[in-house]
Amino acid sequence: MSDFVRGLKCRMCGKAYPKQPLNYCEDDFGPLEVDYDYDAIREVINRGKIEMRPFNMWRYRELLPIDGEPTVGPLVGGTPLVRAHRLAEALGVETLWIKNDAVNFPTLSFKDRVVSVALSKAREFGFTTVGCASTGNLANSVAANAAQAGLNTYVFVPQDLETAKIIGTTVYGAKLIGIKGTYDDVNRLCSQVADRYNWGLVNVNLRPFYAEGSKTFGYEIAEQLGWRTPQHVVSPMAGGSLIGKIHKAFHEMYKVGLLDREPRTKIYGAQATGCNPITSGLKAGQDSHRPVRKPNTIAKSLAIGDPADGYFAIKVMRETGGFGEDVSDPEITDAMLLLAQTEGIFAETAGGVTLAVTKKLIDQGRIPRDEEIVICITGNGLKTQDAVANAVEKPIIIRPNIDDFAAVLEGQPEPVLV
Amino acid sequence: MPIKVHIPQAMRQHADGQASVDLAGANVKEVLDALGQKFPNIVGRIFDNGQVRRFVNIYLNDEDIRYLNHLESATKDGDVLSIIPAVAGG
Repeated sequence: MSDFVRGLKCRMCGKAYPKQPLNYCEDDFGPLEVDYDYDAIREVINRGKIEMRPFNMWRYRELLPIDGEPTVGPLVGGTPLVRAHRLAEALGVETLWIKNDAVNFPTLSFKDRVVSVALSKAREFGFTTVGCASTGNLANSVAANAAQAGLNTYVFVPQDLETAKIIGTTVYGAKLIGIKGTYDDVNRLCSQVADRYNWGLVNVNLRPFYAEGSKTFGYEIAEQLGWRTPQHVVSPMAGGSLIGKIHKAFHEMYKVGLLDREPRTKIYGAQATGCNPITSGLKAGQDSHRPVRKPNTIAKSLAIGDPADGYFAIKVMRETGGFGEDVSDPEITDAMLLLAQTEGIFAETAGGVTLAVTKKLIDQGRIPRDEEIVICITGNGLKTQDAVANAVEKPIIIRPNIDDFAAVLEGQPEPVLV
Repeated sequence: MPIKVHIPQAMRQHADGQASVDLAGANVKEVLDALGQKFPNIVGRIFDNGQVRRFVNIYLNDEDIRYLNHLESATKDGDVLSIIPAVAGG
């Protein structure tokens, strides 16, 4: 299958570039974005054709920037959209859905979507060494997918990451470089690495292609709702790219004829108060984010103080009529427990951020209680267990004796549902 | 000892292909002005109406100048100034 990419285009000045591993415009340093021939895509794509394909992210491959078949991550995506009745009741809203990328394959976060595109592209460009700057989930995903693809891998992370995210990277044989500094320090170093070595860094020189993978999160939501879009979507923000790609996904689907009605979805962004460059810029009425030098939150996967897409994230929240909020660490933990105890979904701290922000926006009256809401869960709680370790009940230890157990039951109140 | 300025790959075509140049100046602005005098085509790519462009980050010895004193951040001999595209990561 041929691809439908005309090349790359600067999001600021519109300057066109041929397809190549390059993330910024040489004239104004603006981000480069993939430029598609939507008229040609419209000719070849339709709902029936997509529905015939396996339920994974590649069923939308005409709208993804790879040549031919994907060679990395052929089974990524196709995660559940869960109708969350009990959580809806707890929040006092009518219709609530959870898009659950905590169970994305293979590394339990939405990052597998972007990585499969980026590494398929890396192979097309002929790179044999790949890497990334990461807060953890991306590290896991690059390491696993690159191992399967047989690529050499260098992963750069802040040195103070959660143990699960460190072992979940090194187990795949990736070289893990822990940086004494913040994610933004890591990121800057990676731009310098990309400048010096001829490597495919997924979120540096491959970023225009990489970022497109996030759109499949949005395509799946719309298809799973029966080829329509919800009224409200709440998404976490780290680099600020995902919320823009969900919005873009909905509008592309309309443009190529997959949706009957023009999307009117309001997009909301969620951050932790300990690292809130985007929501603080939005709330202050600025057109871009306010960089945070020293992020301090349990939501480490969102701890990007100087997000590359801060400007675009604020724009999409404003233009769609959505909003952004941030929440404290205790609110994050409470929300993780609420999600687990109402829906049986153990999300990572970023999921706690998204749910807690959703609750806040509902309580503020910004999201009406009688309209349809989708919450984006992007990572798995098994990777950030420390965040809830002290908030959950300790197990009761007894001898293997029936009277011991009866004594426990007598001493305990009836189990209470949340 | 002068101040070493690192130039990102995509801008080197406007800097005689050089990856870095040695320049003088008492603060970041003076150093970048010196860079602009040497390679006039670079100025408009870094600055827009006298402001550093939205997607350009300037680092003085590994620290973002926005967390120092912006363009007024003082420089001394032996410092390293890096011009780095901001659109990475996430």
